Amino acid sequence: MPSYECEGRTYDVDEDGFLQDPGLWNEDVAKDFRGTEGITELTPDHWKVIHYIRDYYLQFGIAPMVRKVCKQTGFSLKEIYQLFPSGPAKGACKLAGLPKPTGCV
Amino acid sequence: MPEATPKPEELVQINYDPHEKDWRKTRPEFRKGTFCHAALPKDVKYLGLPNPRDWQPPDVDWKLPPNWKEIILQGMKERLEKFRSFRLFMDICVRCGACADKCQFFLGSGDPKNMPVLRAELIRSVYRRYFTTTGKLFRGLAGARDLTEDVIKEWFYYFYQCSECRRCSVFCPFGIDTAEITMMVRELLNLVGVNTNWVIGPVANCYRVGNHLGIQPHGFKDSIDFAVDDLEEITGVRVEAPINRKGAEVLFIVPSADYFATPHYYTLLGYLMLFHEIGLDYTFSAYAAEGGNFGLFSSHELAKRLNAKMYAEAKRLKVKWILGGECGHMWRVVNQYMDTMNGPADFLEVPVSPFTGTRFENTRSTKMVHICEFTSDLIYHNKLRLNPSRNDHWKVTFHDSCNPARGMGLLEEPRYILRKVCNHFHEMPENTIREQTFCCGSGAGLGSDENIEARLRGGLPRANAVKYVRDKHGVNLLTCICAIDKATLPTLLEYWTPGVDVGGIHELLGNALIMKGEKERTTDLRGQPLQQKSEAVHA
Repeated sequence: MPSYECEGRTYDVDEDGFLQDPGLWNEDVAKDFRGTEGITELTPDHWKVIHYIRDYYLQFGIAPMVRKVCKQTGFSLKEIYQLFPSGPAKGACKLAGLPKPTGCV
Repeated sequence: MPEATPKPEELVQINYDPHEKDWRKTRPEFRKGTFCHAALPKDVKYLGLPNPRDWQPPDVDWKLPPNWKEIILQGMKERLEKFRSFRLFMDICVRCGACADKCQFFLGSGDPKNMPVLRAELIRSVYRRYFTTTGKLFRGLAGARDLTEDVIKEWFYYFYQCSECRRCSVFCPFGIDTAEITMMVRELLNLVGVNTNWVIGPVANCYRVGNHLGIQPHGFKDSIDFAVDDLEEITGVRVEAPINRKGAEVLFIVPSADYFATPHYYTLLGYLMLFHEIGLDYTFSAYAAEGGNFGLFSSHELAKRLNAKMYAEAKRLKVKWILGGECGHMWRVVNQYMDTMNGPADFLEVPVSPFTGTRFENTRSTKMVHICEFTSDLIYHNKLRLNPSRNDHWKVTFHDSCNPARGMGLLEEPRYILRKVCNHFHEMPENTIREQTFCCGSGAGLGSDENIEARLRGGLPRANAVKYVRDKHGVNLLTCICAIDKATLPTLLEYWTPGVDVGGIHELLGNALIMKGEKERTTDLRGQPLQQKSEAVHA
């Protein structure tokens, strides 16, 4: 099983670098993983998206619809891609400690 | 796009020279970007499949069971007896080569083992060795070869670079369905625990909660409710979207990406608008919340298990017939396998459109109508009011999704709708559309991020045809009727043919549909401002 190390902390991750156990997430995870997504600093805008996705996940067991993320956070899809270059379902989900969505996505 | 992905100008340098060595002596190189990750042990276990373990394709030791060879040969024997088509396809190829340059993976990679004839030879040679007298006696001279672990690795590499699209079959003078050969090999690989995460993950999700994404019923409802609210803001009309409603006339099934991903979501809005406007008595189901069938990419058994829930739910909800959304592989399963897998669906009625009286005789066996059949019939009978100028900001082309096109012959209906809902529709060159359509390069479970180079290569012929209409007619929207298309074509086009978006037929229908009581539309379903106002109404 692959692992990811950052500043002395080691995380079990899947082949795509997503946290193996979503239950282990906290804000340090987002900070530690940001480098893997090419993000230099987590701004309040990043946190808004991360917290929204994380809270939704805790309630529904899945990431919110992409359109819903945009509408609820007030960012356009383009802006979300500027914040998270690999997109809402990948980069943003990874930093929020969610599993990677699979299927026709 | 992963950083290590080669640039288009590098990737397009394709070497078509054959290997100097005998094809039996070359080995696949598991290079990053050209294969999918292995299935997770937890998902393999969940589905009760053999040999769950941690492994990855680049590993030297794949941790096959000790008797793997016996398992594969026994599996082949059983399948040769069970599926007459399999034995026929093993026997009748004369290696004429008509298929060789028809595969987009060969065209995009230049790898001779991606020629359908040679891909099939990877298993035919084993078939000859163990199941034919000449092969047993004359071995290599009769085109036979021993089954080794290297052969298993080669099967995995190349049969997961086939998207089961069946373009090659169109050109085969014997009608060999190469997709079925791929399916057989993937089944055999499954028997020894060689399968991919991008296939087995969604299948396990679907088996557990009813859809590939693993969206639970309350999440499903939340997404549909959100779409209803969103639509009210756009149109001023409040639609209903019932879920699990017993006694509805029609059960409506969509691929789960329609209520999760973008641009799929805009097509979902189009469906909801249409059903409201005509007053269709329908229901969604939170159990049959997936049209797609990733089981098909692994084995008949898994395809059957996933297909069964659609019909089980139709029975439970006591509907009369099933309507299916813009989904690709669902239709291959429904049209070509459902009847013998889980059919006949004799508890349902032959579908009749309640608005036009059209009896869909072609669905007599499956009781399942494609949304494009349903909608084109409505338009043909003047049941919808449409304003195509609301799509004037789009210059549209249509990508025939492989399975609706080649798996069910759905060629005219999407085009009929498009011509009524938009004013600028341009076809790609004729050898790239209809039954000759090129695959998106990501079908049959190949659409994962880690497989990106293989996808970009496999998608090159399609992207090239899009480039042609982009440059000639200014096309800026590629429409399609498959969720894998909608998920993977945006990446493909951004790479090869920037400036072309991807959307669904029912997204454009939703833009054009004039609803009773609607407010003045200022944007399309994506929130983009409409180009110009027009009073032109085509009843």
